[in-house]
Amino acid sequence: MGKKYETPLLDELKKGAFPSFVTEIEKAAALTGQPEDLASMASDLLGHTELCYKEKVTHWKHGGIVGVRGYGGGVIGRYSDIPAKFPGVAHFHTVRINSPSGFYYQADSLKEICDLWDKYGSGLTNMHGSTGDMVMLGTRTEYLEPFFAEVSSRGWDLGGSGSAMRTPSCCLGMSRCEWANIDTMAITNDITQHYQDEMHRPAFPYKFKFKAAGCPVDCIASVARADMSIIGTWKGDIRIDQAEVKEYSKKMNIQSEVIDMCPTECMSFSGSELLINNSQCNRCMHCLARMPKALRPGTEKGATLLLGSKAPIVTGALMSWVIVPFIKMEPPYKEFYDLIDKIWEWWDENGKNRERIGELIERVSFPKFLKEVGLDPHPAMIKEPRRDPFFFWSEEDLAK
Amino acid sequence: MSATPDRQTDIGPPHYEKFLHPVIKKNYGKWKYHEIINPGLMVHVSESGDKIYTVRVASPRLIATTTIREYCEVAKKHSDGFLRFTSRNNVEFFATTEEKAKALMADLTSRGYMMGGIGPRISNIVHTQGWVHCHSAATDASGLVKALMDEFHEYFTTKELQNRVRLAVACCVNMCGAVHCSDIALVGVHKTPPRIDHENLKNACEVPSTIGACPTSAISPDPSKKSVKIKLEKCMYCGNCYSVCPAMPIADAENDGVAIVIGGKVSNLRSAPKFSRLAVPWIPNEPPRWPKVVAAVKTILNAYIKGAKKHERVGEWVDRIGWESFFKETGLEFKIQHIDDFTFARETFRTSAAFKWT
Repeated sequence: MGKKYETPLLDELKKGAFPSFVTEIEKAAALTGQPEDLASMASDLLGHTELCYKEKVTHWKHGGIVGVRGYGGGVIGRYSDIPAKFPGVAHFHTVRINSPSGFYYQADSLKEICDLWDKYGSGLTNMHGSTGDMVMLGTRTEYLEPFFAEVSSRGWDLGGSGSAMRTPSCCLGMSRCEWANIDTMAITNDITQHYQDEMHRPAFPYKFKFKAAGCPVDCIASVARADMSIIGTWKGDIRIDQAEVKEYSKKMNIQSEVIDMCPTECMSFSGSELLINNSQCNRCMHCLARMPKALRPGTEKGATLLLGSKAPIVTGALMSWVIVPFIKMEPPYKEFYDLIDKIWEWWDENGKNRERIGELIERVSFPKFLKEVGLDPHPAMIKEPRRDPFFFWSEEDLAK
Repeated sequence: MSATPDRQTDIGPPHYEKFLHPVIKKNYGKWKYHEIINPGLMVHVSESGDKIYTVRVASPRLIATTTIREYCEVAKKHSDGFLRFTSRNNVEFFATTEEKAKALMADLTSRGYMMGGIGPRISNIVHTQGWVHCHSAATDASGLVKALMDEFHEYFTTKELQNRVRLAVACCVNMCGAVHCSDIALVGVHKTPPRIDHENLKNACEVPSTIGACPTSAISPDPSKKSVKIKLEKCMYCGNCYSVCPAMPIADAENDGVAIVIGGKVSNLRSAPKFSRLAVPWIPNEPPRWPKVVAAVKTILNAYIKGAKKHERVGEWVDRIGWESFFKETGLEFKIQHIDDFTFARETFRTSAAFKWT
């Protein structure tokens, strides 16, 4: 189709060193061989976005209910509020495709998706959306079913949307990182397969996200962005290669860059030997990150489970907090799934419409949550004990 | 058009093992250590002695299938057909020897790709849809990202910082981007309450859920109009009512803008994960390049570069010097909006007479 509109404001964003999204939309507009109604989609998106830039407001409307048969999610309906002016983006729905764990792809397989998206959509994507789906950006309602049939017959499926389990995601874990204490990619794939129904047919009070990080560096931001944050950790001593420590001491100041920055002051370095008082280590990862060749995590591996994080809508942002200090995360993950099922049941019984699990616990009480899902209190769950004297007792705590 | 094939349901994503480079598959769980060779290249070494070189390039996240096909072509030529994306929208290619990595990098350079983002620098920006696709956007996201990265790209490709500086952009307070825990982040904000379209509200919206959506109880029923009313002085412009009720539009071209929040982190390195805190409450939307926003981010980044110790993240630097010093060092104006009056307000008041004169 090529360019249909003058876009002086967007043209400014084609300049400069960093790759430009405007250039990308132009590339999609230059695609050939698309059906008539899709051919103008990217070029009308340019005109539509230019108008948003000029007027400094968005011109998209709320999504209506669109989707594929048998699914309650995976497609985000989107319509322009000025369809007469830009008919190419009258419909501009998003299809979320569940990404493979770790965001790894094989070229032929990925190209196949591209070919299908040119045939049934705008040719524009996000690799990836914020939750971790492959976001196929912009199509019309009538193309949803055939696109889904084509991708699903090739082994792909839709991700989550709405009040459902959302597409779980993870850091690349054991596939290319020496710090992974859990197999994040296997866990993420297993959760995704285990809860296909909960993902595709929204039945929760609100969204629920899982993210698995292999270590406390948390490259997938699970502590901030997942209702259930699975963070790999270890018990036992950090493994030290003293010869490699000495090598590092030749190129960096171990005292100031490692020892003095240890938050628990559990390390010392004599110039020839590094000592760690492991009983005081809180596994923050700073020393391991500074000297990856010399230090490795301990060998008893598992995860800490944290619950509740979310963005500020609506009563303020939350970070996940510890609910299980240590759990082995090995197939078939029975202990983990039993806990998830109990948490979801409790949320389902007590949660209000559009109330995330973290907000519900805040409203109802963390001790009540622990009692009702059957978790024992542990000092790892808190930063400090309560400072007020207003606590509850049960009947069985009272002298008879 | 040929007939479409039979659909399958609830099959989940393809198994990741199909998409792993043979060296990655062979050494899965056996990696011993890694080294950063340059900002765009690192090597991971396995207990088996095998090595995998990773080359990282920037993408604008919003990409055409044309570009993905080019990534695939590069992967087929240099990476045995395998590639991956990072959680910050970068693309990674693999090589099994340093020579092959160099050939890969030379090819990427000739194609005009920007390599970098590894180590203590600015990586790609996590961001949202903005005016390109979202109905609740108070600003654009892709344009802000482009303007910021054009300004700071040398911190992606070459220059080193004290530590990683994670940037994020969210086009409204729903924060689909990781704004609430990033080193320096932008969030689109409104300054005016929603306007009620009474005629449409009674058809398009459910009154109880619209009232329930308000975190400050500013919305109440208006039975005479079969609609709702807003206590304007209680509204803090979050837009949550608009999310559940399209008849309460809140977009306001001259009053929507960008807030800057800083000092968040998600890692546990040294200090616990932190929330980002407000540095600048509002800067007007100035598309296409938001010069005042970019200038303010630059001011904050330069103050960090000048004042932070090696390995300190932005939040750790500010915690050490104190927020009063942060405002002094950056010259950013401290306003009444910086003082919290929402859910967690009391925790943020200073209950000590020890502070610095600024």
